[in-house]
Amino acid sequence: MIRGIFIAAALAAGLSSVASAQNNVIGERQQLMKGLAQAGRAPGAMLKGEQAFDLAAVQASLKTFAETAKKAPTLFPVGSETGNETAALPKIWTDKADFEAKWAKFGADAEAAQSAVKDEASFKSTFPNVVRACGGCHEGYRAKKN
Amino acid sequence: MKRFFPDFFLLIVAAVVVAWWITRPAMLTASEAVGVERPGDLANGELVFNAGGCASCHMTPGQTDRRRLGGGLALKTDFGTFIVPNISTHKADGIGAWTALELANAMQRGVSPKGEHYYPAFPYAAYAHANIDDLRDLMVYLRTLPAVSGKAAGHDLQFPFSMRRFVGLWKVLFLDAAPIVDNPTQTEAWNRGHYLADALGHCGECHSPRNFLGGIVQGQRYAGGPDPEGRGWVPNITAKGIGSWSKADVADMLATGFTPDFDSVGSSMADVVKNMAALPKADRLAIAEYLKSLPAVDGPTKLPKPPKK
Repeated sequence: MIRGIFIAAALAAGLSSVASAQNNVIGERQQLMKGLAQAGRAPGAMLKGEQAFDLAAVQASLKTFAETAKKAPTLFPVGSETGNETAALPKIWTDKADFEAKWAKFGADAEAAQSAVKDEASFKSTFPNVVRACGGCHEGYRAKKN
Repeated sequence: MKRFFPDFFLLIVAAVVVAWWITRPAMLTASEAVGVERPGDLANGELVFNAGGCASCHMTPGQTDRRRLGGGLALKTDFGTFIVPNISTHKADGIGAWTALELANAMQRGVSPKGEHYYPAFPYAAYAHANIDDLRDLMVYLRTLPAVSGKAAGHDLQFPFSMRRFVGLWKVLFLDAAPIVDNPTQTEAWNRGHYLADALGHCGECHSPRNFLGGIVQGQRYAGGPDPEGRGWVPNITAKGIGSWSKADVADMLATGFTPDFDSVGSSMADVVKNMAALPKADRLAIAEYLKSLPAVDGPTKLPKPPKK
């Protein structure tokens, strides 16, 4: 009896730690996506002409994009499909190859842009193509979100 | 008792006759359809096509040419699965044989050339407010698009929604086909934005909560709500939701997909942005002008609901 309770408790602890690990991975990828938005904010304002062009800031953002693109695909393990208010759609797991290919392309585009962007003109012609990936991925893989 | 049955029977017959009459598919009248077959303006037709977001549902899935309107996209809702029809110029599988009047009846009255109701998953409740000249121009544009063969499959709906005639009742309850009239106290841009958002753009069709019969809850128009396809929550776009945005922010989002926080809009809005980006900038600013004038309205309360496949 006591052993039974012990096993049940151990199982419950195990299950809840699995669940919280999944919640953690969801939280982690949400933070990572927020980091992308944050990195995009300054260049976005520069594109709109609300902020003066700053090459170093743009390069820093592109670096964040490239690093994020490498890390992000690892944060959608099987078992993290639901919970913690995730806006990730099931299609991420049913169409994983395309999902990962889109991240890879975004990462490659961000890296290529790091060498291509040298001044304001090259920034304005290159940057919008890099961040087009955001909508391209959100269209199929992210739920509507208030 | 013997007398009761014949009377009861007559009552049922009368009820059926009345119900049949109420739910009849009503077409445009001759005066409403004046001018629909005049030669139209191709460039404006393309603008109407983009503003109306036709490609978002009707383009053949799995390819990127927004001019190939073979249909086939499945919309999974609580009422069942709707399959978007082929509206390419294919004579047999699409609408290549249609007249402009038939298109106008479809878009403004939700009635097919065969005289049947369309389901309101096709947002004619919004298109009903469109200017008939715009619909004629749209037909001129649609006739320039490629024919795509292959008829789309039929809808797969649950009873009683599978009975098309019931849509007639839905129309009595929820279809207001009055044209949008300019409000003289507002700017020209506001009026243009009102028309683009409410009629062609049909923004309110997704950004408003619906009741159990699929009718828009008018008091909460534009206040967002659960996605009918079960994929998240459609944002509130009254001042309650976008109060902190400037008009330029709204217009920029429609062009680039980026919110002021540099979040990128997702799901079907990402595709709407492709339509909106093709409009003249003045039209995006007009939509912003109108949306930013909407008073703050609270949407429905969010209940946790797991996303569907």
